[in-house]
Amino acid sequence: MSSHNESIIREPLITGKNITYAQITDDILRPVEKLPGKAWWIGFSVASMGATLWLFAVSYTFWYGIGSWGLNKTVGWAWDITGFVWWVGIGHAGTLISAILLLFRQKWRNSINRSAEAMTIFAVICAASYIVAHMGRPWMAVYSLPLPNQYGSLWVNFNSPLIWDVFAISTYFSVSLVFWYTGLLPDIATIRDRATGIRRKVYSVLSFGWTGSVKTWQRFETVSLILAGISTPLVLSVHSIVSMDFATSLEPGWHTTIFPPYFVAGAIFSGFAMVQTLLLIARKVLGLENYITMFHIEAMNKIIILTGSIVMVAYSTEFFIAYYSQVEYEQYAFINRYFGPYWWASWSMFCCNCVIPQVLWIKKVRRNIAATWFLSIIINIGMWFERFVIIVTSLHRDFLPSSWAMFYPTWIDISIFVGSIGVFFTCFLLFMRVLPSIAIAEVKLILKGSSEQSKKKILADGHVDKEQAEFYVDALTKFDSVEMAEYQKA
Amino acid sequence: MSSTKFILGCFEDPDEMMDGITLLQQNSVPIYDVYTPMPIHGIEAKLGIKDSRLGYAAFMFGCLGGTVIFSLVYYFMVHDWPMNIGSKPAFAIPDFIPVTFEWTVLYTAFGTVATFFFATHLFPGRTPRVMDYRATNDRFVIAIDAKGNTPHADITNLLKEAGAVEVKHNDRKYVSYEI
Repeated sequence: MSSHNESIIREPLITGKNITYAQITDDILRPVEKLPGKAWWIGFSVASMGATLWLFAVSYTFWYGIGSWGLNKTVGWAWDITGFVWWVGIGHAGTLISAILLLFRQKWRNSINRSAEAMTIFAVICAASYIVAHMGRPWMAVYSLPLPNQYGSLWVNFNSPLIWDVFAISTYFSVSLVFWYTGLLPDIATIRDRATGIRRKVYSVLSFGWTGSVKTWQRFETVSLILAGISTPLVLSVHSIVSMDFATSLEPGWHTTIFPPYFVAGAIFSGFAMVQTLLLIARKVLGLENYITMFHIEAMNKIIILTGSIVMVAYSTEFFIAYYSQVEYEQYAFINRYFGPYWWASWSMFCCNCVIPQVLWIKKVRRNIAATWFLSIIINIGMWFERFVIIVTSLHRDFLPSSWAMFYPTWIDISIFVGSIGVFFTCFLLFMRVLPSIAIAEVKLILKGSSEQSKKKILADGHVDKEQAEFYVDALTKFDSVEMAEYQKA
Repeated sequence: MSSTKFILGCFEDPDEMMDGITLLQQNSVPIYDVYTPMPIHGIEAKLGIKDSRLGYAAFMFGCLGGTVIFSLVYYFMVHDWPMNIGSKPAFAIPDFIPVTFEWTVLYTAFGTVATFFFATHLFPGRTPRVMDYRATNDRFVIAIDAKGNTPHADITNLLKEAGAVEVKHNDRKYVSYEI
């Protein structure tokens, strides 16, 4: 496998000259083995202030109750469930990269899967915190578990999608964690074998005694494949079940059969946007331009444009079906959504998710880092609005006009949301500090076949079809990490 | 008698290491194990290592998880406390599918990983049995038990011939024990 040369027309996945296995280790472990720079400390300070705000706002909620939020008897779900669905959705990209792209043998996943999976785990932690917080009295969480009790036993209702969600989210979180940690073992062993003193002891415990023998690797790869195989339907099921929290209700605007696929596409869309937000900065700050290349950025942008367009079709279908159903309530819910008092939220959603990302069809935009980063933020905002629109605009005008109401967030609502972003970034920055943010072993795996240097050697040997060679060199121009001068004189 | 316990052929290229294995096998030198910083595809066949049976374990754990949760839900919802929801049947199989699926996945994941850790002796705090510290970094290491495999000089030459950048004669099996 390692001696196999792939077709020259495929773009390289690792750029740079004289990259050796040792250099991959050095490059990726630099942030782990060196003290963090100023950028990290600034980011960490801001993020931990956010996390502190979250801690305060959640404690305040637990102390004074859900009344400290802006909910009223008409709008009983608002920023809490919006935040929950937003975070779970973000998590989906990580599993897509680590599981689905593994099954499809997409080698470019190797350099982004680790940080994307970490993102999944931290996003699901943020999502789960919303679930616990929205109970108001967090100890009530025990009633979501089917435990024997003194009322009969009165069991939880397995006909309810909310109970399915408890199972889905907890399974998703724990399976993602296991998948991520198993993948980390060889890389933790790499840190261990280079470290000294107390660091070696700590990483030694964390490495589970990994040696990298033949049998270990063989089993490791089998386990990775099995976990990828089961994580693929799992990730699709999770957001389908989240969507059923809404879709199985009788609420106009929620009661639509399109929800599961629409939510899954939206989740992947928002998740990839968050991956871009994180990785574009990480690659620059950590100097990983040779591993997370323009090819990766463009590939992710292509997934964003695909899933974003699916979301656009879903919005349009929903609207059409509301008209076509001839159900007055359904029709009103959708007219009200786009032209009622929450028109600004719906149109923000539509512009941010459907209109603006369409510029990604243009090659120049797709390959522009600043534009991509800006778009990723736009999509993050748009997808937050999507959940807000689905939840609040459907609820705020119910069947009785006398109970129509608006939702106004309190400063606690806002603090919990802003704070959860702080929690997420605190976790992510700590992760980048103590664990390798790129899967070292997996990147080494593609060094021989898919790197720029190996392809350059093949070009230099001159046994390549001229047309293909030109095509390849032409494709290299998009990379910001390739020195084109060397190819021009050749 | 030499005090060498293990001979390590350290390669910097996986293909050269594979050549090294071929060469050793041609000369009937048994290989103890091979330590690499990344998985080497095709090495199992070469060393005659059987396929992993973890797939069977995964299947069994999946069946177990699905059966456990479906039985539990049947007990809760049908046997112990059936609820009359609009006279619809208590044994509402479609409603039980999501949780059955989730636990099938959950048991498969945890069961497979636990089996992997158990079979490979991986657990938090296990003392790493490291023969060469660079085997997790940039060296592809073939380990040969020195006992009974003589003369050592011949083995060294074979490894060098295949392209080993360094051949070590270690007095200890695991260098990680020295610290």
